[in-house]
Amino acid sequence: MNPSSLAVHCQNVVKIYDTGDQKVTALNGVNLDIALGELMMLVGPSGCGKTTLISVIAGILDQDSGYCEVFGEDLLNMSNQHKLNFRARNIGFVFQAFNLLPALSAAENVSVPLIINGMKRNDAERKAVAVLEQVGLGARATALPSELSGGQQQRVAIARALIHSPRLIVCDEPTSALDHETGHNVMTLLKDVALHNDRALVIVTHDARIFDFADRIAEMDDGHIVEVKGVGVQASPASTSKACTPVAAKP
Amino acid sequence: MNHIAIKMLMGDRGKYLGIVMGLTFASLIMTQQPAIFLGLMSRSYSFISDVGLPDIWVMDEKVQFVDDIKPLQDTELYRVRGVSGVEWAMPMYKGLLKARLADGTFQTCNVVGLDDATLIGGPPVMLEGRLEDLRRSDGVIVDIDGARDKLGKPSPMSGGKPIALKVGDSLELNDRRAIVVGIAKVTRTFQSQPVVYTTYSRAKNYAPKERKLLSFVLVKAKPGQDLAELTRRIRATTGLAAYTREEFMSLTYEYFMRNTGIPINFGISVLLGFIVGAAIAGQTFYNFTLENLRQFGVLKAMGTSNWTLLRMILLQAVLVGTIGYGLGVGLTALFGYSMRHTILAFKFPWQLLLFSGAGVSLICVFAALISILKVIRLEPAIVFKG
Repeated sequence: MNPSSLAVHCQNVVKIYDTGDQKVTALNGVNLDIALGELMMLVGPSGCGKTTLISVIAGILDQDSGYCEVFGEDLLNMSNQHKLNFRARNIGFVFQAFNLLPALSAAENVSVPLIINGMKRNDAERKAVAVLEQVGLGARATALPSELSGGQQQRVAIARALIHSPRLIVCDEPTSALDHETGHNVMTLLKDVALHNDRALVIVTHDARIFDFADRIAEMDDGHIVEVKGVGVQASPASTSKACTPVAAKP
Repeated sequence: MNHIAIKMLMGDRGKYLGIVMGLTFASLIMTQQPAIFLGLMSRSYSFISDVGLPDIWVMDEKVQFVDDIKPLQDTELYRVRGVSGVEWAMPMYKGLLKARLADGTFQTCNVVGLDDATLIGGPPVMLEGRLEDLRRSDGVIVDIDGARDKLGKPSPMSGGKPIALKVGDSLELNDRRAIVVGIAKVTRTFQSQPVVYTTYSRAKNYAPKERKLLSFVLVKAKPGQDLAELTRRIRATTGLAAYTREEFMSLTYEYFMRNTGIPINFGISVLLGFIVGAAIAGQTFYNFTLENLRQFGVLKAMGTSNWTLLRMILLQAVLVGTIGYGLGVGLTALFGYSMRHTILAFKFPWQLLLFSGAGVSLICVFAALISILKVIRLEPAIVFKG
């Protein structure tokens, strides 16, 4: 793959957690490329290293060894300030538990990345309302997260992840707390609104119902990428073991 | 990010009120208890501060505080008058005498005898009658608090409030008749005994017969006279102790500080208030931060720097600190105001505001510090944990 067309390039990435009593190898030489314009899903059993891998890719966790480049930038060797600025500008997050700030309204929550990037509060909130309209929540801009349904909260979280036009959107189980229809809608939204040719989407999921949306699926087990499959390919048994939901075949 | 910090703080009403209440309590204790302490201590020298005219107080060299009377011979007055630099010197009697009340009970009074001719050393404010009325036969002036309360006539109703002494009423001082010719306002004394003013010669009649009855010599320095130099000269010439007004007040204040348990008792109250306030506010603020750790983690993951998070936490601490401090100080002021007509001692100088302000700031810094450490050490990857 041409390096300039890559959003993420990971080579032999190792991450070991030292818990004092024992050392746990979460990533054991991971190699992964994610192309621009690609929606990559990471699947695998619980504890296989998916969350650690997206944490490294998102620049919120340093690997112990190996190389991880995001949009051509080596995150490990960046200064803290540079990495903060890089994250603020280039990474959007969508979490399983939404992680909205409960005291802020939907619009205020969505405006947070812009404020972190230095935009004035009023301008940021104005833009937030516009993005909320894009995700179909313009009328609920002043509602608190507690006043929104799970699907609505996830849409607010997606609006928050998109508002500053990041080039990489990292999603951790974005649909697992949602029913089938809402999960489908959220994925449609993510794919339609978030994905462009200059962007990439990485989604960690156990939810077989959304595998259809992936361009490629990387199966992980025991800190490795076991297999990367294109659309329409049956997942291997490794991804279906333990706590992992079986991967369905593409229609 | 400031508005986010404020919204995070106020979004959790219960915690927010808990922190503010803790700080209000600490601030209240740290101002109210010292205010009572200062009020009490200022009463220790209130008799001196009420006597405005003289520059120097002369007394026996063994006197340790204002109520520690060690009488002098009357001739000492003339020796003091003979010291160069003395404009005038007047005698003053001060002693505790028993007054017999209308119902037959006795009340100890602080009897003050003033120079018969000049009446120097009299009460600062006359409410009824005039100071000169002391020259009338058997005349005494009684302080308003004593007249209303301890020297008051018994109420006709059982358990009722005493009837205040009025001008023209009489009482017995050491079996001698005294007629009230005036009511004065004086600062309450430490023992809160009624103060009865009369002339020096009459006070000597009221007092039990002793060879020496002169308590103090009140001295006015000649214009331009250096007071420190004059006190030295009086000491050297007469062998007596001589203090400026401020020195005598300080001597009395320090005696009470050293020889009574009051500073320790109030100190313990203030310290307990500080510890309890710090514990409540610190713990609640820390819990608040812990519960918001994931939110701080989200902000950190999205690119917020530790410095910005630190500013947010400090802002939250300053906000709750200011509100708690304001409420505590306000409640203390309200307490002092509502107690202004009671026997309670209360003094609320601006220095006390600084003291309690510093105390509350310390609590807030402590609470913020332990929270900040937690947030700074926070791994943003926490946001992906379920």
